[in-house]
Amino acid sequence: MIRQGFSLVAVTAGLMVASGVWAETAHSMDDPNIAVSYEEDGRYYTEDDIPTFNISEDGAVDWLTFSGFRRYHSECHVCHGPDGEGSTYAPALKKSALTMDYYDFVDVATNGRQKIGAAENSVMPAFGTNLNVMCYLDDIYVYLKARGMEAVPRGRPAKKAAKSDAIRESENACMGM
Amino acid sequence: MKSIKYLTSALAICSATGALANADLQSQIDNPAQWAIQTGDYENQRYSDLDQINTENVDDLQVAWTFSTGVLRGHEGSPLVVGDTMFVHTPFPNIVYALDLTQDGKIKWKYEPKQDPNVIPVMCCDTVNRGVAYADGKIFLHQADTTVVALDANTGEALWSVKNGDPSKGETNTATVMPVKDKVIVGISGGEFGVRGSVTAYNMADGSLAWRAYSMGPDSDILFDPENTMHLGQPVGADSGTNTWEGDQWMIGGGTTWGWYSYDAEADLIYYGSGNPSTWNPAQRPGDNRWSMTIFARDPDDGTAKWVYQMTPHDEWDFDGINEMILTDQDIDGTPRKLLTHFDRNGLGYTLDRLTGELITAEKFDPAVNWTTGVDMDPASENYGRPAVVAQYSTEQNGEDVNSTGICPAALGSKDQQPASYSPKTELFYVPTNHVCMDYEPFRVSYTAGQPYVGATLAMYPAPDSHGGMGNFIAWDNIAGEIKWSVPEQFSVWSGALATAGDVVFYGTLEGYLKAVSAETGEELYRFKTPSGIIGNVMTYEQAGKQYVAVLSGVGGWAGIGLAAGLTNPNDGLGAVGGYSALSDYTALGGQLTVFTLPD
Repeated sequence: MIRQGFSLVAVTAGLMVASGVWAETAHSMDDPNIAVSYEEDGRYYTEDDIPTFNISEDGAVDWLTFSGFRRYHSECHVCHGPDGEGSTYAPALKKSALTMDYYDFVDVATNGRQKIGAAENSVMPAFGTNLNVMCYLDDIYVYLKARGMEAVPRGRPAKKAAKSDAIRESENACMGM
Repeated sequence: MKSIKYLTSALAICSATGALANADLQSQIDNPAQWAIQTGDYENQRYSDLDQINTENVDDLQVAWTFSTGVLRGHEGSPLVVGDTMFVHTPFPNIVYALDLTQDGKIKWKYEPKQDPNVIPVMCCDTVNRGVAYADGKIFLHQADTTVVALDANTGEALWSVKNGDPSKGETNTATVMPVKDKVIVGISGGEFGVRGSVTAYNMADGSLAWRAYSMGPDSDILFDPENTMHLGQPVGADSGTNTWEGDQWMIGGGTTWGWYSYDAEADLIYYGSGNPSTWNPAQRPGDNRWSMTIFARDPDDGTAKWVYQMTPHDEWDFDGINEMILTDQDIDGTPRKLLTHFDRNGLGYTLDRLTGELITAEKFDPAVNWTTGVDMDPASENYGRPAVVAQYSTEQNGEDVNSTGICPAALGSKDQQPASYSPKTELFYVPTNHVCMDYEPFRVSYTAGQPYVGATLAMYPAPDSHGGMGNFIAWDNIAGEIKWSVPEQFSVWSGALATAGDVVFYGTLEGYLKAVSAETGEELYRFKTPSGIIGNVMTYEQAGKQYVAVLSGVGGWAGIGLAAGLTNPNDGLGAVGGYSALSDYTALGGQLTVFTLPD
């Protein structure tokens, strides 16, 4: 898994060198960090086994993307603003989800990060002990990826896929319910 | 008016020996050349007797001088002016500057505390601070990390400090403190982290603890006297702070106390409100959840509660009750009354008898409010004092995992902490308001100390079928319970208002405008765009015979988080979801004081 993560970083870095900018337009739906390679019990993954979102032909989002919308607007939006759009207080995570490596995303959410200086007092807390975040980290990640791609508009996703039994079971196990 | 007020207070100082108010602070407050307390006066009226700037000349107002605070975050509260010194505070790291007004604001001293930056992310909704307080030659700063420090007002030297809470459990501070008599009254934040709210009194001389009163818990914790603490004319009885909770939920019950405090020296009572019960998922805390969402009247000497009134039993929408209690003496039907008026987050403007806690009026101060049909005003009714909840907008009745839509107001309330003002000349209240509605979906969450404990998903949008903006600035008649006039605003009005004897009312806007309007009509008389959005409170003072008006700019706070990117209306339907005007199109982070005056 870690090796795959590294190769993803290398690819992204290569793109950066080539274009010289972090252009969001660089991410197309064919981007290997976006495109669905396979589905497993209602969860969707890229060819590198990185969680990603899925929009079906009738416009329904996968369950994790919908669940991520809910969890984001409970745990994250009081700092990062509605719909992953960012705020005066904290950066727009819909962009971070595209520019940050998945494992870095998980690391920052779990362990936190500080940027303290003369002009900046930016502190991301460590959510490692918070089940309301940690049990839904992939949900939040794929939701933000979908927002970054504008694959889902702002607001509540109108249609969603049903919650699979496997997702329900792992949620209950994680939350200790 | 001015001379009478002066005379009265001078008499009070001569006869009293610290028994009433804080004699030094009261005399500083009574001098209209100064702004000695964040709230303008103990009554929270935010009214100034200064009238050099008036409706005839306010359009000539110019910038006299400016000051950069060096911090880029939401700047709430306002400077103080005592004597020839202005005291300016900042958001985290909570710097305090003393500026010499006789030398163009030269810095007399600067105090910068050392605080663990880990407090930053446990402050829900930005690292704001609502300013310092003054009494007995000391400046009181209540830092983000809940350290209360007393500084020598002349030198900035720290005289004592005390820790009021534990940030690792989510206990933080955003509020100012209120000096009363020989004590400093201190609140706490953290309702979104399962903090059990409390009010604490420290002795002004040395910072030692005098008393602490929790918002919920056993009678000995909440300092209630079951026989003599009254709720709507009835004794509360034993265990009122635990018997409307299931199990031990009260121990993480919220009801934090991060708003404004007022004081009636004659009645010798302090007044404040408590915030939302934790969590935001009402299904996890059955019962009325007393005494969250409550107006408290307490004895400042020992903290005992004289009366309480719970505005929103069993909150289902995050309608914190912490907004300011404005004390006025007015006639009702020819009878002089001692009144308390409060504009709650829940959209109702309450007026009570502040001596007894009797409910006099409770009316909507924004016509968009729809979650209730109103408060039962019949003392004989078993539902006396309770709001009737509209089932469609009840997140409790709709249940967990159900999205209740179209609730007005949104969680940030028809009005948040941004304080209103009152003019005794017009007998009107000038109220900065939000005009925002929401969808609210509660779900189950687990509690971890020091971690967010929210349990609901929210989507907010401008009130539908209205002017499209997200705010109004209104004039309110508290006895009739009616809006006198209303000025629509594009964004929520998140700045505290100032009323003056010049019949001019001032407030700031999120785009960064300082605005002056007529106290009688609301007609706009002046505007100036400051460097950043205004969430600070407007204040005024006089220096060397000239009246000045000052306000802090620095967009942020919950307004900066919620509105930076603009709001969307999901009811517009898929595909048509367009962003409403984004605050980030108008302003950016800043931290600046702008001081206005008339040309010579």
